[in-house]
Amino acid sequence: MDDFETQNIELQLLLKAIYLKYGYDFRNYSKASIKRRVFHRLDKEGLESISAMQHKLLYDVSFFERLLLDLSINVTEMFRDPSFYLALRKFVMPKLKKHSFLKIWHAGCSSGEEVYSMAILLKEEGLYDRTQIYATDMNEVVLKQAKDGIFNISKLKQYTANYQKSGGLESFSDYYMAHYDHVVMDKSLKGNILFSDHNLATDGVFGEMNLILCRNVLIYFNRELQNRVLGLFYDSVSPGGFLCLGSKESIRFSKYSDAFEDVVRIERIYRRLNTDN
Amino acid sequence: MNPFEAVVIGSSAGGIKALSMVLAALPREFPLPIIIVQHLHPHSDSYLAHILGSKCELNVKQADEKETINKGVVYLAPPNYHLLIEEDRSFSLSIDKPVTYARPSVDVLFETAIYAYQDKLIAIILTGANNDGSQGVKKIKQIGGYIIVQDPATAEADAMPKAAIAASKVDSILPIEQIGPYLLHLVNRSIRLYRQCH
Repeated sequence: MDDFETQNIELQLLLKAIYLKYGYDFRNYSKASIKRRVFHRLDKEGLESISAMQHKLLYDVSFFERLLLDLSINVTEMFRDPSFYLALRKFVMPKLKKHSFLKIWHAGCSSGEEVYSMAILLKEEGLYDRTQIYATDMNEVVLKQAKDGIFNISKLKQYTANYQKSGGLESFSDYYMAHYDHVVMDKSLKGNILFSDHNLATDGVFGEMNLILCRNVLIYFNRELQNRVLGLFYDSVSPGGFLCLGSKESIRFSKYSDAFEDVVRIERIYRRLNTDN
Repeated sequence: MNPFEAVVIGSSAGGIKALSMVLAALPREFPLPIIIVQHLHPHSDSYLAHILGSKCELNVKQADEKETINKGVVYLAPPNYHLLIEEDRSFSLSIDKPVTYARPSVDVLFETAIYAYQDKLIAIILTGANNDGSQGVKKIKQIGGYIIVQDPATAEADAMPKAAIAASKVDSILPIEQIGPYLLHLVNRSIRLYRQCH
């Protein structure tokens, strides 16, 4: 019992040290996930306690960078949840076509697989050329991968199947070039994407968006941080604009619930109500 | 001895039948939450909750993100997400990489169950064709939880029970039809003992 309490104190101090030294704020992340990741890094490095880890990360930037990769969410795939992309194509794209210029924010984009999925969708719907996509993540390492648009070939079979299930109109192979064990995404997909560093826990609004996607990021946050981020999205999405969350996430338990209506409930596609409604 | 406070179960190939048998032996007023990781196809929906719910008296549901854990309820990990337990005894989900090729992973559930329940856990490993759960079992055993493993001879796939048995000194190895009744006995006995001592 005592050991557990001591470990929790150490963990709190570790997160505070990370925040004070490096500015990344994990203090309002879901604890279980953070704790598991910290313990796994502890085992891997052969450190004897979280306190020892704290000492190391304060003095060794390269160690912190490894830990940061552990702590940030960097699992994603192209057209993850094909039924979501199908719903986006069927119910959201027709509404977006009414606009002469579109701004889309992909928050917590990780290594970019879903950003390229969106770019493909926009191309096929004839919207790409009038769209600016902002793809943001707090981790510059994964953001660089996203910018490069180079992905391991091993997952391509699954991505192709996902693309087809999501209502893809072309052949998926039109969108990349294969090089040995990796694929390079077509350059024309990148032109209107701005990859940028943004931390949902600490940064603010940077523009008014027609569509915001933030999928499977909120599940890593506690209620307090979820509310902060949903507030940020509320302030960033134009009235009548769309917000898309992950399939197990919901706006319905937050204080912004009444400000959004369901577009496709099961796919967690919401629309901000017009304030004059 | 403190009474147990939660039951965690891991199962894979052949697990639906095995889980049905375990849950069917438990009464509606079973005093603990039961939290299950059953490996499923990533795109399968919530049919498992319906199947298991129809086979037992308990309320069976898919665990929701941030949901508070209640006794007498059977919670299932959603397909394609890891299920984690927070110290305040609520659920978190994650899409972290599969662990031992599995998402949801039994190891992830078991390891985080320790954060919330410490030694007051009963962990059960049923049939399965991989070794997910063996690390979690080891850690739960280390801290003093109680481990039940399905007798590999009665398992549709014996790799998972065998891996659990190899990883730690488990408390009980039982044929599938005895696991439910034994679980009930174990829980009732611990509550009786606790009341006698307090």
